[in-house]
Amino acid sequence: MTLEVDIDQVREHFRLTASFSSAPGLTALFGRSGSGKSTLVDIIGGLVRPTRGRVAIDGQVLVDTDRGVFVPSHRRRVGYVFQDSRLFPHLSVRRNLLYGRWFTRPEGGAAADLASVVKLLDIGPLLDRRPETLSGGEKQRVAIGRALLAHPRLLLMDEPLASLDEARRAEILPYIERLRDDAGVPIVYVSHSAAEVARLATTVVILTEGKVAAVGPVIDILPLADAGDAGGVLDATVVRHDEVFQLSVLESVAGELQVPRLTAPVGTPVRAYIRARDVMISLQAPQDISALNVLAGRVNAVTPSSNGAQADVRLDCNGASLMARLTAKSVSRLALTPGKPVFAVIKSVSFERS
Amino acid sequence: MTPEEWTAVRLSLLVATTATAASLPLGIAVAWLLARGRFWGKSLLDTLVHLPLIMPPVVTGYLLLLTLGRRTPIGAFLADELGIVFSFRWTGAALACAVMGFPLLVRAVRLSIEAVDARLEAAAGTLGANPAWVFVTVTLPLSLPGVIAGAILCFAKAMGEFGATITFVSNIPGETQTLPSLIYTLTQVPGGDAGALRLTLISIAISMLALLGSELLARRVGSRRAAIA
Repeated sequence: MTLEVDIDQVREHFRLTASFSSAPGLTALFGRSGSGKSTLVDIIGGLVRPTRGRVAIDGQVLVDTDRGVFVPSHRRRVGYVFQDSRLFPHLSVRRNLLYGRWFTRPEGGAAADLASVVKLLDIGPLLDRRPETLSGGEKQRVAIGRALLAHPRLLLMDEPLASLDEARRAEILPYIERLRDDAGVPIVYVSHSAAEVARLATTVVILTEGKVAAVGPVIDILPLADAGDAGGVLDATVVRHDEVFQLSVLESVAGELQVPRLTAPVGTPVRAYIRARDVMISLQAPQDISALNVLAGRVNAVTPSSNGAQADVRLDCNGASLMARLTAKSVSRLALTPGKPVFAVIKSVSFERS
Repeated sequence: MTPEEWTAVRLSLLVATTATAASLPLGIAVAWLLARGRFWGKSLLDTLVHLPLIMPPVVTGYLLLLTLGRRTPIGAFLADELGIVFSFRWTGAALACAVMGFPLLVRAVRLSIEAVDARLEAAAGTLGANPAWVFVTVTLPLSLPGVIAGAILCFAKAMGEFGATITFVSNIPGETQTLPSLIYTLTQVPGGDAGALRLTLISIAISMLALLGSELLARRVGSRRAAIA
C-alpha cells in the first residue's frame, strides 16, 4: 500500500501544505498541536476537502482538485479511529462492531471477521455492553475493532490515546502494535508524543506550523523533531538477563545498555526511546557514578531553545543518534561544539518491543 | 351519547390519525433539511413551514380553499386526473389538520435532529454508510424521542383543529363534522349543552390518553435502547 498526499489547505489564519508518500506499516504524523496533523488526516479520510491537491491510495485517486475528483468518505474504504471514539450510543458494542459490515465487502482490504477482531483486541466480555458503560480504554479498543471490521484499505488514527491517562495508554499500545504487525492494515497515526511515535512508527512525517519538516524512517527522523519529550531512538537486541539485579542487557550499535528486566526473551529485537531530558553529558568517561549506561559519541549539533535557556545537543554514537537536553550554561561550560568527543550518561530508558 | 356524537368522535380520530401519518415522513424530511442542509432558500422554507402557526387558522383554511377547491386549476386536476377530492370531504379535513400540525411536528423533530452529534454521523460515513443510511441508522434512532413528541403534538393539534377545517371543508355531519365542529354546532342550538359537555369530556380524555401513550412509547424507546444496546 502506498498513500500519496500532496495538498494545500488554506484557512483564514492557517495554511497547511503537505506532500509525502507513505510506505507499508505505521506512518506517524507527528507535530505539536496546531501543526495541521488532524486536518491532514481529515483530508485523507474525506471529512475535509483540501483547497488544492491530490490524495491517492495505490494509484486510486481519492481527491484531485485539478480534475474535480472527490470521493466521499463512505466510498473511500479508509477506516478512522477518532480521539473521542465516537461509538454509537444507541447500539450495543457488538452492533457497533458490525456496523460497517452492512456497507462494505471484504475485497482488497483487511480480511477481518468478528471473532478474530474480538480476539485481537480482547473485547469478548464487552460485546453485550452499552458504549456508555465502557472505560475510556475499552471504548478505544471497540472503536479500533469497529474501524477494522469495515475492511479498510488504510486505517487513520487521530491521537487515539490522547484522552486516556498513562495506565490506559499502556493498556492500548500493545493492541496497536498487534494491529500493525498482525492485521496487515497500513496505519496513519497522528500523535504529539515522541515516545508513542518512537514505539509505534515505521515512518515519521514531522509537521511544523502547517509544513512537512521531515519525512523518513523513525530512527533517522524522530531526533530532528521539536517536541516536549524529544529524544533518540535506538534499535537493539536483548543479549542476556541479569536475574540477580533484575536487569536486561541490550546490544545496540551505540554500545551496551543495562535496563530494568524486560519480559522479552534473549534475541528479541527491541526499540529503545531515550528522552533528551534523561541524558547527561560528560567530557571524560565518568567513574564511580550510579548511572549504569554510558555511551561514547561525538557532538553532532547544538540547537538552542527559543528562549535561550536550554539547548538540545544531538550526539552521534557510532552511527546512532541520541539527544541530550542541557542548560545553556552547561553547553557553554563544557564548550560543546560539533565534532567534540563526549560521553552520554543515560539515567533512564523507555523500552519497547519492536 | 347520540349516534351523531359517536360519528364525530370516530371521524376526528380518523382525521387526526391520517393527518399525523401523512405529515410524518414529509415532516421528518423537512426537519432534516432544516437541521442539516445548507442550501439556497433555507430560511424561505423555514418561514413557509411556520406560516400556519402564525397565520389565523381561518386564513390557512381559506388559502386551502383557494388553491385546492373543486373549481381551482389544481383542485380540478387532482379530481379529474387522480380522483382526489379535498373540498368538503374528510380527506380535506385531514389535509387542513396536517397543514396546521406540520409546524409543530417539524419543530420538535428538527430540534432533536440538531441535538444529534454530527461527529457520530461523520464516523458512520467513514464506516461506509452513505448519507441516506447514516440518517436511517444513526440520526433517526437518536432523534426518535423528538419524532414521537412531534407526532403527538401534531395529533393533538389535529384533534382540536377548528378554524382551518371549518373554512376549508365546512361542517357536514358524517363527512367533515369533527369533534370541535360538533361542539361548536351544539353550543349554537338550544338544549345542546349536555352534548357539548359530553364531547368536551371525551376531548379531554383523548388528549390525556395521547399524552400518556407518548410517554409510554418514549419510555419504551429508552428502555429498549438500554436493553440492546
